[in-house]
Amino acid sequence: MSAYNPNYVPPAHAPMPLNGNNMVNGLPGGVQQQQQQPGPPTGQPYLPQKQPQQFQQPPPAAAYPGAGAPGNLPPPPQFNSGIASQFLPPTSGAAPSVQQQLPPSTLPPHMRPPTVNGPPLTNGSNGASSANSSRTASPRPMGTAPQYAHGPIAAALNNPPPASGLRPSPQPASQSLANLTNNLENLNLNPNRTNGGANVVSPPQQQYPPLTQKDFRGVATAQTGPPQFNDASSLLAASGVAPIVPNAMATPFSGQKPPNLGPNPAKMFGSAAMPVRPPPPQAGQRIPYGVPPPTNSEQQNQQNNNIQRAAPPPGASAAWPPNLAKAVVPGAQPLVPPPQQQPLLPPPQQQPQAQTYPYTQAYPPAPQQQPPPPQSAMQPPPPGMFGAQPTGAPLQYQAQVPPQAYGQQIQQPPQAAPGGPFATPAPLNVAQQGFSRLWGQDTIDLMQNRHILSPATRPPPKVVLHNQFHESINCSPSIMRCTLTKIPESNNLLQKSRLPLGIVIHPFRDVNSLPVIQCINIVRCRLCRTYINPFVYFVDSKMWKCNLCYRVNELPDDFQFDPATKTYGDVTRRPEVRSSTIEFIAPSEYMLRPPQPAMYLFLFDVSIIAQQSGYLEAACAVLNRHLDEMPGDARTQVGFICFDSFVHFYSMAEGLNQPHEMTLLDIEDPFLPRPDSLLVNLKECKELVRDLLKQLPKRFAHTHDPGSALGAALQVAFKLMQASGGRITVFQSCLPNKGPGALEPREDPNNRSAKDVAHLNPATDFYKRFALECSGYQIACDLFLMNQQYSDMATISGISKHSGGCVHHFPLYQKTKPHMVDSFRTCFKRYLTRKIGFEAVMRIRCTRGLQVHTFHGNFFVRSTDLLSLPNVNPDAGYGMQISYDESLTDVKTICFQAALLYTNSEGERRIRVHTVCLPVTASLPEVMHSADTEAIIGLLSKMAVDRSVASNLSDARDAFINATIDVYNAFKIAQNLPSGQSGQLIAPRSLALLPLYILGLLKHPAFRVGTSTRLDDRVFAMDCMKTLPLDQLMKYVYPELYKIDALIYHARNSNVSSTQDDDEDEDEPLPELPRLQLSAEHLDSRSIFLMDCGTLIMLYVGLNVPPDVLEAVLGISSTAELGDYVYGLPNVVSNENDVLKRFILRLNYDKPYSALVQIIRDTSTAKGQFIERLTDDRSESSLSYYEFLQHIRAQVK
Amino acid sequence: MAFNFTAFTYIVALIGDAFLIFFAIFHVIAFDELKTDYKNPIDQCNSLNPLVLPEYLLHIFLNLLFLFCGEWFSLCINIPLIAYHIWRYKNRPVMSGPGLYDPTTVLKTDTLSRNMREGWIKLAVYLISFFYYIYGMVYSLIST
Repeated sequence: MSAYNPNYVPPAHAPMPLNGNNMVNGLPGGVQQQQQQPGPPTGQPYLPQKQPQQFQQPPPAAAYPGAGAPGNLPPPPQFNSGIASQFLPPTSGAAPSVQQQLPPSTLPPHMRPPTVNGPPLTNGSNGASSANSSRTASPRPMGTAPQYAHGPIAAALNNPPPASGLRPSPQPASQSLANLTNNLENLNLNPNRTNGGANVVSPPQQQYPPLTQKDFRGVATAQTGPPQFNDASSLLAASGVAPIVPNAMATPFSGQKPPNLGPNPAKMFGSAAMPVRPPPPQAGQRIPYGVPPPTNSEQQNQQNNNIQRAAPPPGASAAWPPNLAKAVVPGAQPLVPPPQQQPLLPPPQQQPQAQTYPYTQAYPPAPQQQPPPPQSAMQPPPPGMFGAQPTGAPLQYQAQVPPQAYGQQIQQPPQAAPGGPFATPAPLNVAQQGFSRLWGQDTIDLMQNRHILSPATRPPPKVVLHNQFHESINCSPSIMRCTLTKIPESNNLLQKSRLPLGIVIHPFRDVNSLPVIQCINIVRCRLCRTYINPFVYFVDSKMWKCNLCYRVNELPDDFQFDPATKTYGDVTRRPEVRSSTIEFIAPSEYMLRPPQPAMYLFLFDVSIIAQQSGYLEAACAVLNRHLDEMPGDARTQVGFICFDSFVHFYSMAEGLNQPHEMTLLDIEDPFLPRPDSLLVNLKECKELVRDLLKQLPKRFAHTHDPGSALGAALQVAFKLMQASGGRITVFQSCLPNKGPGALEPREDPNNRSAKDVAHLNPATDFYKRFALECSGYQIACDLFLMNQQYSDMATISGISKHSGGCVHHFPLYQKTKPHMVDSFRTCFKRYLTRKIGFEAVMRIRCTRGLQVHTFHGNFFVRSTDLLSLPNVNPDAGYGMQISYDESLTDVKTICFQAALLYTNSEGERRIRVHTVCLPVTASLPEVMHSADTEAIIGLLSKMAVDRSVASNLSDARDAFINATIDVYNAFKIAQNLPSGQSGQLIAPRSLALLPLYILGLLKHPAFRVGTSTRLDDRVFAMDCMKTLPLDQLMKYVYPELYKIDALIYHARNSNVSSTQDDDEDEDEPLPELPRLQLSAEHLDSRSIFLMDCGTLIMLYVGLNVPPDVLEAVLGISSTAELGDYVYGLPNVVSNENDVLKRFILRLNYDKPYSALVQIIRDTSTAKGQFIERLTDDRSESSLSYYEFLQHIRAQVK
Repeated sequence: MAFNFTAFTYIVALIGDAFLIFFAIFHVIAFDELKTDYKNPIDQCNSLNPLVLPEYLLHIFLNLLFLFCGEWFSLCINIPLIAYHIWRYKNRPVMSGPGLYDPTTVLKTDTLSRNMREGWIKLAVYLISFFYYIYGMVYSLIST
């Protein structure tokens, strides 16, 4: 462990195990890493390339050590061979006997993993248990539980009766086996149970009636809550409010819910089982896992699966018993290292596990697959999710109970070891697996690995270039990312992969070290105007060959001069050739006119609705405070216009001692009341401006004008800005209803959850035409919509969409809601003070053979590769779909170059150039293994928005699902897997997260149906999809969920240890928290969870969080002191609070502005907001993650 | 040999069709210019949009003449195009002025290639019908 997480407190820390569990599959961290990176060398490429500033993640490399030194690996467990043989047959599934006989190597690697499942489960269980155990003493027993879980899962998936009987036995104690079988019989009686699988599941329940019951409840509530609890939130609330006696509740639930739960093992396992059981001993823990029965809905799938899965159970059962016994022993003596493993300290235990895995499981067929199942089972361990019941359970934190945690962990390792044996099929396989992992080409059976989210955000796939450019530094993935890190050589190949090809780009991102160079002539290709970049080929010292059009160009003489070293001769030392992100200070030929000054015009809606919302006060205050920080030079000008039914101008001419207001009554044909003094120099008239900003809120405080003549105000603003260009900031709080551009309300409030969403298109093209006109004059319009009611965002946002502006939305803004005011203030402050580029254009160049197909974002496309961006801001992202002009068979690499030409706020013309170079491949599997899921999601979401607008929402939703199915279909073909249904859904590691994110998108306000969504909110969400940079988009689509117990432990630990040197406290690295999947199964009532949604961070405080933790973190003594809506993290002088703040700071590091923190108590009415974002869970109108997987699997032919 | 209404119709159709051919050529050239970056899409749309309705109306007018003089075959070969025009105009993007082309979307590769293809196909249709009209005119002139 120590190796794995340097940051962690060494031994016995509960947190550590958590990390390990969180890892992708729930496998011990070490194992997971191994899977990804078999050897140390491979490890490097994968290593997160995070900037030092960002996260101090424990270097993944550290984690690998175990893997790196195979010699260290503990000898394969004795059982391995025997067990493996037993298991293998089952794995084959359809024809177990045949497969068994076949050498492992002959079996397709994909097939193997599932078979191996048994072992994975164990792993998972270990991981899960460790996670749980770390937290609380109670978790320890869980270790055993995981095993059970495995059994039930398998049963659920597979044929019911035989498998079920066998499975339960394996991991749990041998004792448990007997019980299970008995239970099975009982279960059969249940009407709900669909298949034998159901029966299998049930056994565990019976054994531990109370426990199982709890589990079910939790599961049901959290996830599907099928019949009984439709709303996850309601369920949760119910559970929280009225904790039911486990026993009483248990029986009913088991009967009804099990079926539902069955299908979603993850859910089932989840949260409910572990949490609910208070501290019950091992038996109790085991039960939860067993609980998950197969769902009815997916019976068909199950049947299909059954073949494959069914087989494993028997083998597992046989194999397991011995293991179990061993496992039990370690459990008893937590500190004792696993029998098989080398003697290690408790912390090291995980390492041993990891090692064992690699040896046995990992290398074998599909280590990954194996791990996941266990994970699902394991992770849930957290004590009762919403766990009202657990009250009885001790609320101790992990930190407090470190030794126990260790013990638990220890227990798990042994179990894992047994699993290992299963995995090891044949040496050849091992080697192959190792290599495939080495090359990042391993596959996962998603059906078996429900918990696939990496512990931390996965680093974007590394682009591996050929030798020639091996040293060239590619553009940072945070700036430019391609959906495929290896480009298919022809359109045909791309079509076969069914993946979208495109790039997502964040061109004006705030970067810390940007080489800026000024030179007389910027070296560009004379044919295609490409800027010289690190990927060009130097024919000789005088010539270079363009990497986009392949023209050979001459090098100017002065290019030989290296400004850094002041030496001649070596062109490769030039910054242009050394850095793929670079900024040139452009000479005069890049200017069509003298660089414009910074011009800011603010349009305030002062109608009665706006006054009621009170935004003007906050806006003026923020503006006043940050007036000096707005980017600009001495020429900066500002102006203000207010509008209700009329348009009010403010003249701040020299000589006036206060601003003069002029009101324009003729809004049908607006004109400027005077030619000057409406836009004034900020430096010269600062006092007047401040005066105006102070008076404005009062000036209109008593108006009762319901009109809003936005169109007229925009027209005069355009006239005002026409001469120079600049930025118009529009604050709008109601539907424009006067003068040109007046709109009618279109939304039918009763139809907000309808299947088909109408009115996503603008009602009129007035605003679009206005934007186009603006864009011609280098004016951008930014919109702050602070509406109280429907304001037709779809139409109004046209002013920003086509003029390169940005849109901010504060629905239901009220000055009486302090959190909204805060959130608006931070956002507006960032808006005012961030960098800005004026009169910008961006051109995307591609290697010959490729072309940009479609652009996504806010801009105006002026020609096929040129974007007109009147303003560019650092928070805007863009996407481009790429298509083929001709095939790329004769090239090895292709490049994309984005060049952004802009005028900065100091009136300097600059060109920022980003170049990314990607290898070309002719191999379909390589293409699929090199896919970048996040970039794909970014691009798909943008395409879906287009589809929704051009066609309709259900088309877009279908497209999401079809895209997922197509990709897996293509992969199946690429891998020559047998066609037809099977119990597996094989995915390349690179695309394993696709269904997870797609489901997140389907449940996102932008694309969801069946849930009441205001039209404006939906349109705004769609706009965000189009314009958010990828890193923020991912948080928006799939928020990050963390369990922060580890932080608290860390704080406590450091508290003790760091008393001597407080000075270094600040520098102390935070523990790396594992990311949890968004499912209620991970919640437990004794912990605090943090969900980072981008602009909002939610702290979910469980009902039974120990008072001392509450006191330290939030400064309250019980959760009851928390209101329903609490915002902001209280200041408490404690290490825990401090650490949490630092953690939030770290989360905020990459964001444009710091997120608002909301604290949600378990029983709060705000809980719905939190539950709503748990997208892995089922809701009344949508599928759970596992159901979604099954749906996809059923469609994959 | 008689100069009747039918012959007149065909003569008018010939002249009208010549204009339509010019429209189609202009259309193709305009989109080619867009594709090769010669023109700003706003300008291009501004020049194309006013021509859309005249073209459609002229085409419909010719077919009305065919209808009145009972040239059913000529009418029939034009009906699909009329239907396409009506469908196209019904599905145009939201815009206040007449026309079909939205400068913000016209540069999407899909739209661009579709418009190009449409231009070429229409050009071919107009050309073929032009020769057919000549035949029809001669036929109606020489038939008594």
